[in-house]
Amino acid sequence: MNNNFETVIGLEVHAELNTKTKIFCGCENRFGAEVNTLCCPVCMGYPGTLPVLNQQVVESAVKMGHALNCTINGVTKQDRKNYFYPDLPKAYQISQFDVPLCEHGYLDVLVGEDVKRIGVTRIHIEEDAGKLIHDDSFDGTLCDYNRCGVPLIEIVSEPDLRSAEEAKAYLETITTILLYLGISDAKMQEGSVRCDVNVSVRPRGASEFGTRCEMKNVNSFGAVYRAILYEAERQMEVIAAGGTIHQETRRWDDPKNKSILMRSKEDAQDYRYFPDPDLLTFIVSDEKISALKASLPELPTEKTLRYVNDYSMQKVDAQLLSVNKARADFFDSAVELGGCEPKTVANWLVGDITRILNDRRIELTDTALTPQHLVEMIKLIDKGTISNTAAKTVLEEMMASGKAPQQIVEEKGLAQINDSSALVAIVDKVLADNPKAVEDYKNGKTNVAGFLVGQCMKASRGQGNPAALRDMVLAAIEKL
Amino acid sequence: MKKLYEHSATELAAMLRAKDVSAVEITKATLGRIEEVESKVDAFLTVTAEQALQQAQQVDESIAAGKPLAPLAGIPVAIKDNICTKGVRTTCASRMLENFVPPYNATVMEKLAAQGAVLPGKLNMDEFAMGGSCENSYFKPTKNPWDTARVPGGSSGGSAASVASCEVPLALGSDTGGSIRCPASFCGIVGLKPTYGAVSRYGLVAFASSLDQIGPFGRTVDDVALLYRAICGHDPKDATSREAALGEVEAKVKGLRLGVPKEYFGDGISAEVKTAVYGAIETLKGLGADVVEISLPSTDYALAAYYIISSAEASSNLARYDGVKYGFSGRRDGTLNDLYLSTRSEGFGAEVKRRIMLGTHVLSSGYYDAYYKRAKLLQNVIAKEFADAFENCDLIVTPVNPTTAFKLGEKVSDPVQMYATDVCTVTVNIAGLPGLSLPCGTGEGGLPIGMQLIGPKFSEARLLSVAKSYETAVGGFAVKEM
Repeated sequence: MNNNFETVIGLEVHAELNTKTKIFCGCENRFGAEVNTLCCPVCMGYPGTLPVLNQQVVESAVKMGHALNCTINGVTKQDRKNYFYPDLPKAYQISQFDVPLCEHGYLDVLVGEDVKRIGVTRIHIEEDAGKLIHDDSFDGTLCDYNRCGVPLIEIVSEPDLRSAEEAKAYLETITTILLYLGISDAKMQEGSVRCDVNVSVRPRGASEFGTRCEMKNVNSFGAVYRAILYEAERQMEVIAAGGTIHQETRRWDDPKNKSILMRSKEDAQDYRYFPDPDLLTFIVSDEKISALKASLPELPTEKTLRYVNDYSMQKVDAQLLSVNKARADFFDSAVELGGCEPKTVANWLVGDITRILNDRRIELTDTALTPQHLVEMIKLIDKGTISNTAAKTVLEEMMASGKAPQQIVEEKGLAQINDSSALVAIVDKVLADNPKAVEDYKNGKTNVAGFLVGQCMKASRGQGNPAALRDMVLAAIEKL
Repeated sequence: MKKLYEHSATELAAMLRAKDVSAVEITKATLGRIEEVESKVDAFLTVTAEQALQQAQQVDESIAAGKPLAPLAGIPVAIKDNICTKGVRTTCASRMLENFVPPYNATVMEKLAAQGAVLPGKLNMDEFAMGGSCENSYFKPTKNPWDTARVPGGSSGGSAASVASCEVPLALGSDTGGSIRCPASFCGIVGLKPTYGAVSRYGLVAFASSLDQIGPFGRTVDDVALLYRAICGHDPKDATSREAALGEVEAKVKGLRLGVPKEYFGDGISAEVKTAVYGAIETLKGLGADVVEISLPSTDYALAAYYIISSAEASSNLARYDGVKYGFSGRRDGTLNDLYLSTRSEGFGAEVKRRIMLGTHVLSSGYYDAYYKRAKLLQNVIAKEFADAFENCDLIVTPVNPTTAFKLGEKVSDPVQMYATDVCTVTVNIAGLPGLSLPCGTGEGGLPIGMQLIGPKFSEARLLSVAKSYETAVGGFAVKEM
């Protein structure tokens, strides 16, 4: 990477909304159905059919607008973007041109330990197109119209991002917010979030932007990162070789890790945008806009900062928690139940629980664990009823069966043995079996005490209270 | 004695209730009349005889069972072929949709079906409703029943000719710039272009979405009211539709102020048309109306604005005919571009292609502001002038067409001259107003002349009342013997 150059990035993020029905008709909005089973004359653009706007789409978009601190345009309209392609059955996409529903916003993104503010130019609503299928068993192209009319929001950022890391963090925060608002499944692998990346480079310190290239087909967080690194490098090489960058659209080929020219600016299509006469102006009342604002949940960046401030958590832990809404909600519920340290709850969540989830590639919501049970388990540790070691077994069982920790402890006999009379025999046996260690201790090698306590723990199958055992071991050696 | 097919829909409905006639007899009379005169007028593209008889049979069964009858039960209503009819091909008189059978009904068809109206068939038109003579049909030109060497007007030429020749008592057409009123006037019948939004457009194959409206044709004012009442009203499937209803229509004109805009009686209007319309105004005056001269100064620009807006919308609305999903499909053995080019070159007629090119041009970057944007501004000005005019009058009276029906082939080679025939009607669409065309005399060769009544939005009841007064005063409108 050439250090004399700065990379400038802007992202256009398309997110499919998870409304029950499509944006302009009553068809079910669902991913993964049999081809051409979720479409009707309206979303297939049959002659004479008309679109009617789904109000749920407007509400979802306004929520996103609030989450990204946008101005909401209460009076707006929908426009036709005209172009021919077989996946676009009307030969125009209903979108928004000059008056987007939301504009002039920003998003605070945590990049490492820093908070960076990224401008959000606009958010508009539009319909998705269908999918073309190229099948080797068929000589030609097949069309699946299930996705036609699936509602989308397009979120356009300002060119405020300066590195692949920042772009990735921004995109991750956007998808996290979509999940927090519950308005999108936000699954890049299913295409419910897609991204176009605009990249330019300029000499460090320059005030003018360089000529940008737009990369399409960037469909994972990793791909965004790789595409930016590649494209910035490509542009710097062109400039270093005395060439100039031409404004163009490129396709990102992730497996080959390179971008390929799709079309130059001269070939840019004229979309002949004009207001859709079938839909007229639409109005979102001030009351509705306010009500939607009031309905927003606490968002991930706010949550992270609250955890850091209120619970003295490390920023990285706080972010690990809040980046996953299910985990953050779980944490908040557990803390609300009270009776244990929030930090301890957080440690279990970002530690053992996350490890188990990652190992099994499942989500917290796929397990039977409840906040109530986790808190009870931590209380059992705090009271000395179970050891940390035993707690791990309890946790696994709670996640699998949903049983209460007390019940698991009883069924599996995991209770810590604090009663010294029950431990006396173990201590006596361990000392008798290890005369060399006892001798060493007496000769001043006091660190062998740890070994002896360990042997006692082993003999108690983990149930002995280590502190009690240590006291008993030392006392017994003194008496010998 | 009147033949069955000569009766108005209102009369037929009464006869049906009095059990003087059955629904099947009415439908048979209609089908017989179609058989008799269709070769002369060429109004129909599809005749659905079997289906019509079945529908009529059902109505007769309802009557026999003593069930209540809806106003249009058993009445044949023929439909312009750009209104989608489930299971019955809907061609828009285009090669592009020659074999297109919609799997859905237009909302107006659902409403007619709910009333038990009978569908005898689908009617010829200018291709995709673009034209003023019905000569732009891919299939055949329709002829004017008053003189079969002449055009019936357009684009709803089949609708007007079928009603005027007594093939059917009622028909539906559509009007984007005069396509109901122009043929009604040329064929000497009554046609209503409702207020924009009064009738659902769902299932009307779009030409220019912001201007298109479905409306009724009949030989009497009562018949037009009967059909309008059945189809109007809000439809949740059409975001531009509004609440609308029509009560009983009573002849009433006394005390109303009629505005006569001088711009509509200029040099382009033939002397015989002016004479007839002025004569009708005198008749209305005699019935107690007050007449005021008004001015609608931007009228001269309306035609340009209309052709820009309607062509722009058409270029987008007709882009979906790409040979991929339904309808005519061109070359499938080449590239995607080959498919698009051959489908659209061969599937559309010359006039449709002309408008698509015009519309594409006025929306292109660099021309949008000069054409489309200015036309939309002009639209607001024209609407405002009408609104201001209605401060001083209750309705406006103008000619419908500058001349009587012209000869087949007379204007086909000169599109601009053809466009000029819309000069009196396009303003009504641009302003979203209701306009009614009714016969007001005849010109040379006994050809019908129509006058246009224009009212404020949702004043259909007022237009029909005035029309009914006139109709009563002149003793009804003549029907041409064929």
